[in-house]
Amino acid sequence: MRNLISTLLIASFAALLGGCGYNDFQSLDEQSNAAWSEVQNQYQRRADLVPNLVATVKGEAKFEQDTLTQVIEARSRATAIQVTPETLKDPQAFERYQQAQGQLGSALSRLLAVSEAYPDLKSNQSFRDLRVQLEGTENRITVARNRYIQAVQAYNVKARSFPSNITARIFGYTPKPAFTASGDAQGGKAPTVDFGATPQPAR
Amino acid sequence: MNLFPFSFFRRGGAPAWALAAVFMLGLWAPLAQAQKLQPIPAPSMHVTDNTNTLDARQKSALEARLVNFEQATGSQVAILMVQTTAPEDIAAYANRVGNTWKIGRRAIGDGLILIVAKRDRKVRIEVAKALEGAIPDLAAKEVIDEAITPAFRVGDYVGGLTGALDRLETRIRAEALPSPNPPGPDAAQASLDGDDGPGAPHQQGFQWFDLAVFLFVAVPLLGGVLRRVIGRRLGAVVAAGAVGGLAFLFTWSIVAAGVAAVLAWGVSMLSWNSPWQRSGSSRFPGGVVAGSGLGNVFGGGLGRSGGGNSGGFRSGGGGDFGGGGASGDW
Repeated sequence: MRNLISTLLIASFAALLGGCGYNDFQSLDEQSNAAWSEVQNQYQRRADLVPNLVATVKGEAKFEQDTLTQVIEARSRATAIQVTPETLKDPQAFERYQQAQGQLGSALSRLLAVSEAYPDLKSNQSFRDLRVQLEGTENRITVARNRYIQAVQAYNVKARSFPSNITARIFGYTPKPAFTASGDAQGGKAPTVDFGATPQPAR
Repeated sequence: MNLFPFSFFRRGGAPAWALAAVFMLGLWAPLAQAQKLQPIPAPSMHVTDNTNTLDARQKSALEARLVNFEQATGSQVAILMVQTTAPEDIAAYANRVGNTWKIGRRAIGDGLILIVAKRDRKVRIEVAKALEGAIPDLAAKEVIDEAITPAFRVGDYVGGLTGALDRLETRIRAEALPSPNPPGPDAAQASLDGDDGPGAPHQQGFQWFDLAVFLFVAVPLLGGVLRRVIGRRLGAVVAAGAVGGLAFLFTWSIVAAGVAAVLAWGVSMLSWNSPWQRSGSSRFPGGVVAGSGLGNVFGGGLGRSGGGNSGGFRSGGGGDFGGGGASGDW
């Protein structure tokens, strides 16, 4: 009888070890970190395209200086902040990063919209190439962000649901922040374009 | 360690909201999405035309061409024509199609989809990550601007598609991708599912590890418990039932479940005869052999189910679409 009880105890302990989700946390944590690296990778790619874009647009005489300056400033703000997987647990740093990237995104889409008013620029081959590359990068950013959101969702569900939340508490796997819709909407908002001669006031 | 779950249960509230969270995330989100977005057709052929733009002869010519290309190079190229992608942007829809179909060889992921939204007058070349080197965004845009847009403007859809395929196929051929295995797609698929698939070692290794843990820890443990409770013969039958049920759960194949159950019955009868007395080690190689058979059955079953096979086109299941490619209009 004592044997039976001890065997049952060992069996239930083994089942607990399997069910506590420690290994799941290893893989989910790693997956969300990898997804985050891809997000940063694509943001970096966008930031790398900006200097070329600015140089091309500067060649166009009388291009709105305001729009150009905004893009340059937004880029320097965005590249100043780096969020590594280690600092991902800080929601405020994440928020700042998201805001900076959102501003760069809206400054860029504004620049592209304004450029519609300059026929010479539109027919410039290197400007068109940069436009295609920028568009491709924005698509990749969207995909990378979605994948990060999904990876974090899987991780957070595991970190919050029973019984794996006990494991999460013991080993310090806290829930991670994901992208919020407001940042997305801000980045994707199409700017209004005034085709008149007066330059647009700064936002 | 053992006490944690019990003290937790007494608190009561957390499991309820955990359940609610799972319910909301797992059930609501797909339902809400399914109502709004355009459905993704099943990839039954290389060419899917939901707009009735192409006549039967044109369609079969394009299909034959893409089948030939797949046999020659291994890369999977598909054409999808729909009326509209609203409310989504064509890029978002194309990405969804790509990651649902996952076309491209399993170990390589070389897939490409040419999507035409006829009523929207939009076209997109969606390129899997493995082909982004062969067809960068600029090249895809060039194909659209020079081959597709001029032809589509004058209503020559098949001409535009053929011209685009000429350019895309040239680019894919120029990329040094591994050549397809000679003995037909079935054999190639089977070898990719097996142990020698170059892209699958991680997955296979994980399954082997799980299997080893299962055989060396769980089965003897379960065996010990069952033998003490209900005796050898009945215990073996129960263990066989449990293992068979597990196999069915993982593979959804009755054959695999039956084989697994018989093997488990054999292993448990053997190992319980003389657990740790004379030549106990000779029992375990038997277990390993049984395990390898089990692993192949499991691996094969999983691989098949991922294929989505119907008719002449079977997605390789390897394509990962990260948003590469270009869009255009006419």
